[in-house]
Amino acid sequence: MNVDGIREMLQNGKSVEELVHSIFDKIEHSKLNAFVTLAKESALEEARRVDKHGAKGMLGGIPIGIKDSISTKGIQTTCCSKILEGYVPPYDAHVIERLKAEGAIIIGKTNMDEFAMGTSTETSRFGPARNPWDLSRVPGGSSGGSAAAVAGGEVPLALGSDTGGSVRCPASFCGVVGLKPTYGLVSRYGLIAYANSLEQIGPFAGNVKDVALLLDVISGYDSRDSTSMTKKCEYLKELKDDVSDVKIGVPKEFFGEGIDEKVEKAVWGGIKALEDMGASYTEISLPHTKYSLAVYYIIAMSEASSNLARFDGLRYGLRLGKDKDWHTTFSEIKAQGFGEEVKRRILLGTYALSAGYYGKYYLKALKVRTLIKRDFEFALKDTNVLITPTMPFPAFKIGEKIGEPLALYLADVNTVPINLAGVPSVSVPCGFAGKLPIGMQIIGRHFDEATILRTAYVFERNGGG
Amino acid sequence: MITKKTVDHLGWLARIKLTEEEKEKFPDQLNSILDYFEKLDEVEADVSPTHHVLGLTNVFRDDVAGQSISQEDALGNAPRKERGYFKGPRII
Repeated sequence: MNVDGIREMLQNGKSVEELVHSIFDKIEHSKLNAFVTLAKESALEEARRVDKHGAKGMLGGIPIGIKDSISTKGIQTTCCSKILEGYVPPYDAHVIERLKAEGAIIIGKTNMDEFAMGTSTETSRFGPARNPWDLSRVPGGSSGGSAAAVAGGEVPLALGSDTGGSVRCPASFCGVVGLKPTYGLVSRYGLIAYANSLEQIGPFAGNVKDVALLLDVISGYDSRDSTSMTKKCEYLKELKDDVSDVKIGVPKEFFGEGIDEKVEKAVWGGIKALEDMGASYTEISLPHTKYSLAVYYIIAMSEASSNLARFDGLRYGLRLGKDKDWHTTFSEIKAQGFGEEVKRRILLGTYALSAGYYGKYYLKALKVRTLIKRDFEFALKDTNVLITPTMPFPAFKIGEKIGEPLALYLADVNTVPINLAGVPSVSVPCGFAGKLPIGMQIIGRHFDEATILRTAYVFERNGGG
Repeated sequence: MITKKTVDHLGWLARIKLTEEEKEKFPDQLNSILDYFEKLDEVEADVSPTHHVLGLTNVFRDDVAGQSISQEDALGNAPRKERGYFKGPRII
């Protein structure tokens, strides 16, 4: 299911209402658990409106799934956490305003790891989402529901959010295309914050063209996000079948210990294929890569411990029986409302920010972040894209890694450096290990989404994945 | 080194009432993560910290009132409210 296919269906006489009905029917019979809340009434109403007045806008009549961390006016939004049970936002996120303005139809909210803290979509209070390629395996995370919904043919487009790989990891595990934009390209207004200095909302689709189209819709300046920047171009228009100017850097640190042999082989196959299509490549080094995971987790947990303090049941969300004294009331709400992984990260973040440890952990992490960012800036002077495996291995079994927090964190080894540097990166399918998809990560310069999307597009068109 | 007592204190600081089971389980898990963080001790980082990558400092706008949500909408999700206010637990 892709945008062109749907447009053709609609031109051939299928109504948007029929299309939306068939989507809900499919989701209701699905084993993927990709959607956690459906917006049936509003979606059908919007579908009938499009049928009556015609499809207008860049996404007129096109259905989309939205990660449960993005605020949707009138549709329950919970970050798949018990603490936000029943919360219905009174306003739309910037990206939702943009989607509505361009005529997209919001089907519902997609499954995710609680508060986006995870790599497998197993910590959701709605139960794990499943990988369409093998139902016993995870779809990746944290935006696992969005990726599974697109891969499973439930919706052609979806939005996720990516703090340390949460769009690219599930895109890789589910065999779809997923992009983390440059920090600042997409407004975070209405995105429920986990780690503000790292995260971006990003598009998922079955092909590069649809990802570029969705990026065109959601990107651009918004005064309500003080880190929002003006975009420089229209991404769909920049897709050309030419990579002769593309200079690929292949950072050796991203092919290190723990990378599955089949993954390594498939990604190198992708690099050689791009070389055959006219690109050139050199092997390079990003020497501070080995510190990325420690830096990432210290910063993310510290920011999370501050961000998640707001969930107190006072203004919205979970409130328990009878109020007790001030501290006990809030301590019990958080105890019952947050899941185990969220508690672990809040406790560690609290520790890293506490007196006596701030310099050792948080401040040190911010300084090493500078070195990691410089590595990327230096490497991207002589190259214009970097290519690596997105994930070190294909999708693992549900339950396989969830008992060992640190082992699960290590799976993010190739995705977190990108968020620390703030550069854009797209994961595109590049082959299979058995029946499980493998993703290739294409990283670019700040605000140069056009080049990484074009590289992914040429790869996809000429026999990639 | 995080002990059961440290976890208990962190729970208090973060206002999360931890169960006995959690207080038993968390110290080992948190210590193994902190051990991993020790890696950073080997790096010489005589550079300024990066808080975020854009290098923006203060972003100002004109002091003009914009649109905001109504009081009714703002209170719409509140589990307890009274006379147009959020109602919290007693302080004293």
